[in-house]
Amino acid sequence: MGRCFRASGGAWLPIVEITAAARDAGLYTNLITAGVLLDAPLLARLKAAGLDHVQLSIQDAEAEGAERIGGMKGAHARKQVAARLVREAGLPLTLNAVVHRQNLHNLPAMIDLAIAWGAARLEVAHVQYYGWALENRAALMPTRTQLDEATRVVEAARARHKGRLVIDYVVPDYYAARPKPCMGGWGNRFLAVSPAGNVLPCHAAESITGMVFPNIRSTSLRAAWEDSEAFNRFRGTAWMPSPCQGCENAERDWGGCRCQAFALIGDAAATDPACALSPHHAVLASAIAEAGDAAFIYREFSAAQS
Amino acid sequence: MIPHFAPGVRLHHDKARARWVVMAPERMFIPDETALEVLHLVDGARDLDAIIDALVAKFAAPRDAIAADVHAMVEDLTNRGALQA
Ligand code: SF4
Repeated sequence: MGRCFRASGGAWLPIVEITAAARDAGLYTNLITAGVLLDAPLLARLKAAGLDHVQLSIQDAEAEGAERIGGMKGAHARKQVAARLVREAGLPLTLNAVVHRQNLHNLPAMIDLAIAWGAARLEVAHVQYYGWALENRAALMPTRTQLDEATRVVEAARARHKGRLVIDYVVPDYYAARPKPCMGGWGNRFLAVSPAGNVLPCHAAESITGMVFPNIRSTSLRAAWEDSEAFNRFRGTAWMPSPCQGCENAERDWGGCRCQAFALIGDAAATDPACALSPHHAVLASAIAEAGDAAFIYREFSAAQS
Repeated sequence: MIPHFAPGVRLHHDKARARWVVMAPERMFIPDETALEVLHLVDGARDLDAIIDALVAKFAAPRDAIAADVHAMVEDLTNRGALQA
């Protein structure tokens, strides 16, 4: 099991108590936040409870672009305040930027923002095509040229800010020939507990409809990890279909991402279509070809806020 | 130069696996024996020379060799954001 505890979820969670308990258990504690609800007293209590690190998501470097994509007015200004509060509390800060076709041109500005806001780490993540993003895939999928440019920008910035800013950057697997080793394998290294108490092999696992996950109110973490049907369903290699079965990469990428297989081809037990060996790989090839000027479909939540 | 752990980074003894790890946001380093000797001496008070002195007193190796190892390791961990000077 992992040695890192990441708190994210509803503002009503007793996160100070959870942080203290996780630190007592020797875990690394990371608060993942959109920054909108943070204030100085809460940060001081979290720091006193032993919080190790704060990760703040940003949607774009420019307020206008950020609000068009995030669909929430004023959020950017509040994130800037949150970043300052985190640094003033003496806590280390990571900015997490989700990038895609609509904002990838702002990557240099996002890097400058990370420096200006005092982040020691920047995570540049390509949007994962589940749920909301899947419906908007045609508008969000970057082009090959954009990706190559982004890689160049990241490499230059890493050299320029060496020792001051760590940049984590992962190329989306839509453009790779092999899938990502999602979560290091299902039920292999990671578990998450949702705000509702569901114990999950991955924070996105509930996107696989029809799967039943153990709940912490009725079971122990150990039992969830060792004995639950959900954790055992895709653990190891025995569950794998062809072409994963017997593939030399089986224990390297673990057949890719179950959520992506489910989202794109409707079968969580299929080889991740990001793999070029998958019989469904064409689904991705056509998505890349489609990358175009489609308009956004906003999420309910964002639409309700504006 | 006085190296110290970057904010959010700490050396932790993982009891379950009986090993020391450097914990950092979204990453973990498993130091080898030599690196661990150095990291135990990184306390925000000792400078590089003091760290090297302490290692020279403990191990039967020439100062030059130890100094070279320490410099290389501290530089590597600094570039990865785990240590700061
Ligand atoms: S066939 Fe399966 S195991 Fe082999 S590379 Fe593709 S996803 Fe990985």
